[in-house]
Amino acid sequence: MNAAPNSGLMAESVKDAAVAALLAAVLGFFFFALRTDIGTGGLDLTYRWGLWFIAIAIVFGVRLLLNLFIFKAKKPITSGVSVSVPPALTTAVGRVIGPVLLMIALTLPFIVMAVYPERDRQFIDLAILIMTYVMLGWGLNIVVGLAGLLDLGYVAFYAVGAYSFALLAQYFDIGFWMALPLAGLLAAMWGIILGYPVLRLRGDYLAIVTLAFGEIIRVVLLNWYEFTGGPDGISGIPKPSFFGLDFSRTGGFADFFGLDYDSIHRFIYLYYIILVLALITNFVTLRLRKLPIGRAWEALREDEIACRSLGINTTNTKLTAFSIGAMFGGFAGSFFATRQGFISPESFTFLESAIILAIVVLGGLGSQIGVVIASVVMIGGIEILRNLGFLKEIFGPDFEPTQYRMLIFGLAMVLIMVWKPRGIISSRNPSAVYKERKKIGSDMVAQGEGH
Amino acid sequence: MEYFLQQLINGLTLGSIYGLIAIGYTMVYGIIGMINFAHGDIFMVGSFIALATFLALVALGISALPLILFITLLVSMLFTSAWGWTVERLAYRPLRGSFRLAPLITAIGMSIVLQNFVQITQGARVKPLPPQIQGGVTLMEGVTENGTIAVQLSYMQMIIIATTLALMIGFSLLISKTSLGRSQRACEQDQKMAALLGVNVDRTISLTFVMGAALAAVAGFMFLLLYGVIDFYIGFLAGVKAFTAAVLGGIGSLPGAMLGGLLIGLIEVFWSGYFSVEYKDVAAFSILVIVLIFMPSGLLGKPEVEKV
Repeated sequence: MNAAPNSGLMAESVKDAAVAALLAAVLGFFFFALRTDIGTGGLDLTYRWGLWFIAIAIVFGVRLLLNLFIFKAKKPITSGVSVSVPPALTTAVGRVIGPVLLMIALTLPFIVMAVYPERDRQFIDLAILIMTYVMLGWGLNIVVGLAGLLDLGYVAFYAVGAYSFALLAQYFDIGFWMALPLAGLLAAMWGIILGYPVLRLRGDYLAIVTLAFGEIIRVVLLNWYEFTGGPDGISGIPKPSFFGLDFSRTGGFADFFGLDYDSIHRFIYLYYIILVLALITNFVTLRLRKLPIGRAWEALREDEIACRSLGINTTNTKLTAFSIGAMFGGFAGSFFATRQGFISPESFTFLESAIILAIVVLGGLGSQIGVVIASVVMIGGIEILRNLGFLKEIFGPDFEPTQYRMLIFGLAMVLIMVWKPRGIISSRNPSAVYKERKKIGSDMVAQGEGH
Repeated sequence: MEYFLQQLINGLTLGSIYGLIAIGYTMVYGIIGMINFAHGDIFMVGSFIALATFLALVALGISALPLILFITLLVSMLFTSAWGWTVERLAYRPLRGSFRLAPLITAIGMSIVLQNFVQITQGARVKPLPPQIQGGVTLMEGVTENGTIAVQLSYMQMIIIATTLALMIGFSLLISKTSLGRSQRACEQDQKMAALLGVNVDRTISLTFVMGAALAAVAGFMFLLLYGVIDFYIGFLAGVKAFTAAVLGGIGSLPGAMLGGLLIGLIEVFWSGYFSVEYKDVAAFSILVIVLIFMPSGLLGKPEVEKV
């Protein structure tokens, strides 16, 4: 193909693009051209030929351009863009990027307040959301990234944490700081209860069982009306206090420190809570990796059979990873409950688990910084779509960018994975063993526990 | 007794649908060892295509119901196969030979994409279709303290069970007798060796996805006829349950998938009938957990041999 003359390239590209357009026509016929709607006397069928042709044309055009310039081109224009950075530079950047990100994270509320004073609340709220996902990602990273246990039901522990705090507050009037460790403990306990019977399962089976557990917990929360409020959820969850000071208009935080009351104080406070929680997660993970248990996790991920022959108790090793991951999920959950003030089972669907897992895998398994980058890109990217109001002027008032959020999210998951199957940060710092392993064919690796 | 029989019939009907979806899971898992997470959504796409085809045929003025149903079935199988093929081509083939989590993530991504694509293009509201096939046969009648209770076998249920049976037989023949089935079994055992012996592995895998999607389309169409209500989200739950069925029957085994589907359908219906409707999903998932813990290779599966 490379040696083909230019006209051949053109003909070939057009042919290929035509095939793609034909496929798009077939796939899109029942979705673009036809639309079923509830009308008078049952379902009505509306025809949208214009939309169908536009979709086909777009597929044709994009495919043609991709063919001409990237897929079939003699010199793809992307060839100049080197995606793989030399490892020396990565480690150098890696050494700097952590502290830099940490500094940014520590000062973020004040930067935001200085730069965007009129929209600071919104941005800090977004930062809190991203931080929550960073924490969840780091928690799940222990399970998936370090121990190599594929967990598709992580949201169950998030839910346990959130409901623990909400119920403790409702029935025993316990505040956030008292409930936080309890919620973590409860989540860890559930991790052990759920993990013990299933952790001898391998790979995909474990994934599907954890998914089932996640769904079971959600369905129970949904149907146990007397205890959890069912689909109505629990509202009026107390806000965290600052050493006994509330963030109320009078007699609270602002009065005590002689500040003017501003609701932004609470946002900043929440931001720092989640930041500290996330940093604790990160710190614990990094320390654990240096302990025998952390080494055992990573060994387990690489090869379970070798692990067992070396005398590592695989059940206990898996169980600790599972329950510690669950504990951090529980912490994040109770933070979520206090931030929202209201929780319902709807917040803990499988999609949430999928998003957290996607963040971990897209960031690069086992990479702490990768999780941060992936959360910022995925969660922040989604939120940007909310603010694309100007697109309405282009596509008409009916155009609602937010409804494309999840579509774009899913596409991004697929594209990033196809582009970089091992995640954005695919090189892990620790051992030379890992590099060796990469050279071994993937079919050999597949026999190990994880991936 | 009559109530029991009625539930048995209902369970078998539902189980046939799960079984048809489960075959798609089990074949893909058998051949490339991945959970095709988007398969449940392929089923959903199939039911939407069937709905649109059905309405289009009615709008075209075709009045013979059997003809409409037959054409709808064929069209939805054909077009859903195209979707199955495309999903494999875009999201799984580039990752062949990559590490194991990668295709799982793209599968989840594809599932999100399909759900949202359908939601955006067809709207989020449920699509009700009035029952098309009415009537049935009363098998027996009994008297209880609440009055008489009849065991009904509706034509709809007959059609579903009969179609499933026919497809299963045809499908087993396809796998055991044709060269396509042979190359499929070869790929299942050892892809590298199969490739060396002249089997086009990529094509075989593509065809596996196509066949799985076609069966899912049948299941989608039947689901539409049986329940009369579809929306963009039906794929997730049906998919998880069908996967449960595949695991229960022993993943990789076709009769196992069918058996597992029937069992899951029966469990769900009996649980709803005798205990509580709310917890029917919990029942299905608990079965999955229990089976995996005590019988990881399922009912008809071969135990996995661990080699070092």
